[in-house]
Amino acid sequence: MKFAVLSGKGGTGKTLVSVNLAAVAKDSVYVDCDVEEPNGHLYFKPTEIETETVAIKIPIVDEDLCLGCRKCVDFCKFNALAAIVNKLLVFDDICHSCGGCIMLCPSNALTEKDKVIGEIKTGISEEVKVISGILNTGEASGIPIIKDLMKKTANEKRMTLIDCPPGSACIVMESIQDADYCILVAEPTVFGLHNLQLVLQLVKLFNKPYGVVINKCMESENLIQTFCIENKIKVLSKIPFESDLGAINSDGEIAAKSEKYNGLFSELLQAVVKEVEHETVTHS
Amino acid sequence: MKIAIPADEKVLASDVCMSFGRAPYFYIYETLTKMGDFIENEAANSPGGAGVKAAQIVADSHADILITPRCGENAAEVFKATALQIYKSKNGSISDNLNAYLDDKLSKLENFHAGFHGVGGN
Repeated sequence: MKFAVLSGKGGTGKTLVSVNLAAVAKDSVYVDCDVEEPNGHLYFKPTEIETETVAIKIPIVDEDLCLGCRKCVDFCKFNALAAIVNKLLVFDDICHSCGGCIMLCPSNALTEKDKVIGEIKTGISEEVKVISGILNTGEASGIPIIKDLMKKTANEKRMTLIDCPPGSACIVMESIQDADYCILVAEPTVFGLHNLQLVLQLVKLFNKPYGVVINKCMESENLIQTFCIENKIKVLSKIPFESDLGAINSDGEIAAKSEKYNGLFSELLQAVVKEVEHETVTHS
Repeated sequence: MKIAIPADEKVLASDVCMSFGRAPYFYIYETLTKMGDFIENEAANSPGGAGVKAAQIVADSHADILITPRCGENAAEVFKATALQIYKSKNGSISDNLNAYLDDKLSKLENFHAGFHGVGGN
């Protein structure tokens, strides 16, 4: 069973929800897809860490073979190549690794070389396997890292929590592809509602079943709850806006391990598992 | 000698465009014939790499001199492979800048910026 935890904006509580769900699920896998700033490991403090690098393929030119025909320059929609005075220039940072220039080159002057853009760290924290994707600073896209993370967990039988990057762009789409269910975390503000609506469009487009966790709930009127009721969206849990929870979290501790908050996350886990089982019944 | 200048509009009274890579046009002036032409910058609406493509277009026009308010690192890298010299434009129209260059009143552009990519730029 794979759960993707996502939200339209950063700082809403994706990591709080996914870390704590993985912790209460016990025999589980936590995958940090927020490759620009993975921070789930701060809570799990995994050990026995294994590191693998992630590389993309970019073209390299053999100037002796290049005919200066410019087929590659004209083909590249990202303008990663320029042909100047019979010299072919390749801009590594602009290249999207599509490989088209290499396929089109009539004289085999272009070949692939590896460019390392980040790494994946895998470790163990009690019964949780912790996998973090890390994009090197300055790199344009973390998508190749997400693809490797998804490959690594494709045959995973244990419950898997995918901590997505914020927003609703391509990198989030890659992260939710294999998910059986999407948990949308939202905070009850006007901005939070706006961002929830964006991720809602995304999960509907991908035809994924979903439910909402409202984080930072206060006793006053709740914009997200009203929206969910009006649109018949399942509210899985309401996490209170409490300084105790904030303090545990900012100490880098897992709230679900405390007596006060264990119940909250255990109930959330039961709720999402029930939702997925219900989905399986209604879709089979 | 050919001089290239990024232009907002296809008239000599137009301001020099604030952007090199995404300028709608380039004015290409030939000092021997004292004639010039506006060419379209096909890179202006590129999703990415506009600087590289615009530099390719300017290099292909056989310009020897580029007068621009600013220029990105990638475009500068392309120009490095050519003999083209880059001068910094002053406030004013294309013709003002052309005359300023011909009167030797412009200085070389020394600083090249990293890409703006939709964030900032002023």
